[in-house]
Amino acid sequence: MAEFLNFYFIPGLVLGSIYALGAIGISMTFGILRFANFAHGEIMTLGVYFAWSLVQLTGLHPLVVLPMAMVLTILVALLVDRGFYKPLRNAPVIMLVIASFGLMLMIRSAVQFFWGVQLKTVLPGIQFPWWLFDTIRILPKHVLIMGCAIVLMFGVHYLLAYTKIGKAMRAMSDSPELARLTGIDTEKVVMATWIVGAGLACAAGVFLAIDTQVETMMGFKLLLPMFAAAILGGIGRPYGAVAGGLIIGLAEELSAYPWITDAPLINPGYKAGVAFVIMVGMLIWRPTGLFKGRVF
Amino acid sequence: MDQLYGYMLYLIALLTMGGIYSILTLGLNVQWGFGGLFNAGIAGFFGIGAYSSALLTTAPSLRHLGGFEMPYLVGFAAAMAISGVIAYGIGKVCLRLRSDYLAIATIGIAEIFRLILKNETWATNGPRGVTQIPKPFETLPEPWNHLAFLGLVLGIVLVLYLMLEVVRQSPWGRVMTAIRENETAVKAAGKNVEKFRMESFVIGCMIMALAGALMAHYLKFVDPNATEPLLATFLVWVMLIVGGSANNKGAILGAFLIWTVWSATEILTGFLPTELAIRTAYVRIFLIGLALQIFLQRFPQGFLPEVRPAIGRGEPVVTKDTKA
Repeated sequence: MAEFLNFYFIPGLVLGSIYALGAIGISMTFGILRFANFAHGEIMTLGVYFAWSLVQLTGLHPLVVLPMAMVLTILVALLVDRGFYKPLRNAPVIMLVIASFGLMLMIRSAVQFFWGVQLKTVLPGIQFPWWLFDTIRILPKHVLIMGCAIVLMFGVHYLLAYTKIGKAMRAMSDSPELARLTGIDTEKVVMATWIVGAGLACAAGVFLAIDTQVETMMGFKLLLPMFAAAILGGIGRPYGAVAGGLIIGLAEELSAYPWITDAPLINPGYKAGVAFVIMVGMLIWRPTGLFKGRVF
Repeated sequence: MDQLYGYMLYLIALLTMGGIYSILTLGLNVQWGFGGLFNAGIAGFFGIGAYSSALLTTAPSLRHLGGFEMPYLVGFAAAMAISGVIAYGIGKVCLRLRSDYLAIATIGIAEIFRLILKNETWATNGPRGVTQIPKPFETLPEPWNHLAFLGLVLGIVLVLYLMLEVVRQSPWGRVMTAIRENETAVKAAGKNVEKFRMESFVIGCMIMALAGALMAHYLKFVDPNATEPLLATFLVWVMLIVGGSANNKGAILGAFLIWTVWSATEILTGFLPTELAIRTAYVRIFLIGLALQIFLQRFPQGFLPEVRPAIGRGEPVVTKDTKA
C-alpha cells in the first residue's frame, strides 16, 4: 500500500496537476478562439527556458522567478497572437490550426537556437523526502508543486467566477454570437485568454522542470496528454480540464502499477499511449467530455 | 569531369527525394486539398509504410521481425494496405467531428507509432533501425542504378498525378469540392458526406505509405527518425500550402521547390564551422515556418491556385475555403 501511494499515486497527482494547468489553456483557446492550438506545448517550453535563464541570472529558487517568467511568456504569446493569429481571425478556423502547427516548430527551433539542446536543470541537488506516519514518503518539491498548482487553480476559479473579464470569457466560450450582441469586447477577451493560457502553461512547464529536467521537447511531449485532458473534461470547460488533467496524470502513472501480476500492467514505455487511448475512447463514447463541453 | 559527375549525382538525388516528397504531398492533397481534412500525423503513415515494406522485403535477420524476402510489389501493396486499415480506424472515430479532432488524433497515432518503434525492439530493432533493405535496380552499374530508381519514382509520380487528375474531375472529385464549400447542401442532395471524407482520408494515407516504402528502399535503411514530425509532416504541409492546395500540379511544384530550398540551404550551412552549422539548422526550420505563415496570410492559394473543372476553363476560381 505504501509503495502504491509513494511511487504511483503521489507522482500521478503531481503529473496530473501539471497536465491540468496546461489543459486549462488548451481548453480555453479551443473554446474561445475555436481552434486546437498546437503551439501551446512550445509556449510552455519557452516559459521554462525563460525561468531557467532567470534562475541562472539571479540564483534564486525557480518558484521565486516564476512570476517574471510568466510575464515574459505572456508577452511572447500576445506578440504571436498579433503577428500570426490575428491576421487569420476572419479566415476559416482550420487556417489557425495550420498556423499554430507552424508556430510549434518556429518557437521550438528558436528555443533550440538560443539555448541549445543539452539537458538542463532548474533545481540542482538531491532532495530528501519527508515521511508521514513512517510509511508515506513525499518529496518537498512535490508538495511545493501541488501547493502552487492549487493556488493557481483557485486563482483561475476566482477570475472566471467573480471578475467581469472572466465572466466575459465564459460567455464567449458558451456562445460567441450572444456574447458579441451583449457588447463584449472580443479582442479583450482574446487577450485575456492568451494571458491566462500562456501564464498557466509557463507555470506548468516550470513545475515539470522542477520535478524532472529542462529539455526542448518537453512541451511537445505534454501536448497529447493536455489535449486528452481538455477533451476528457469537455472543451471550453476549465474545471473539466482540471479534472481531466488529474485523471490523465493518475491513469498514466497507475497504468504501470503491477495490478494483476508482479509485472507492470502496461509497459512504462507506453505511458504516453494511455492518454491517447483515453482520448480516443472519449471521442467515441462522449465527445462532449465529462463536463458537457462543446463539440465542433 | 569528376566534379561534373558529382553534380549530376546530386541532381539525381535531389530529384529522387523531390519525387518521393511529391508523392507525400499528392497524398496530403487528396486529404486537405480535396477533402479539407487536417492530417497532422503524416510522419506516422509515412513510417508505417516504410517499416511495413522494409520488414517484408529484407533478407532474414535476427535483429528484427521478418526478413521475408518478398518482392517489392508485395512490400508496396502491404504498406498501402496496412496504412489504409489504420487510417480507416482513425477516420471512424474522428471524421464525424471537426477537423481539429482529426489533427489531434493523427498526431497521436504518429507518436504512438514512434513509441512502438522504440519499445518493441524485437520487431523493429529499436533506435538502430532496419538495415540492408534491398533497393530496386541496385545491381545495375553506377550511375544507371540511381537513374533507374529515379525513373521508377518519377514514373510513380506521373501515374499518380494522372490518376488524381481524373479523380479530381470525376463526380467523386466534384462532390469533395462541394463538401468543402457547403456541407449542408451536399447532405441535402443525399450524399453520404462521412463516406466521401473517409474515402479521401484512407486514399491519402495509402499514398503516404507508398512514399514511405519508396523512401525506405531508396535509403536502404529506416530508423525511428524517419517518423520525425519535422521532416515528414511539417515540410509536406509547407510544400502543399506553398505549391497550391487542391491543385495536383501545385503539390508537385511545391514538393520539388521546397525540397530544393531545404537541401540547398543544408549544403550552404555545411560550409560553416560545426558549432555554427548546428545552430543554423534551427534557423532554417524557423525560416521555413515563417514562409508557411507568410503564405497562409498573404497567398493562401499558393503558387498554383485551385482550378475548377466544371466552370474553370483555365480561369482560377477562388474558393471560399482558401480565401483569407
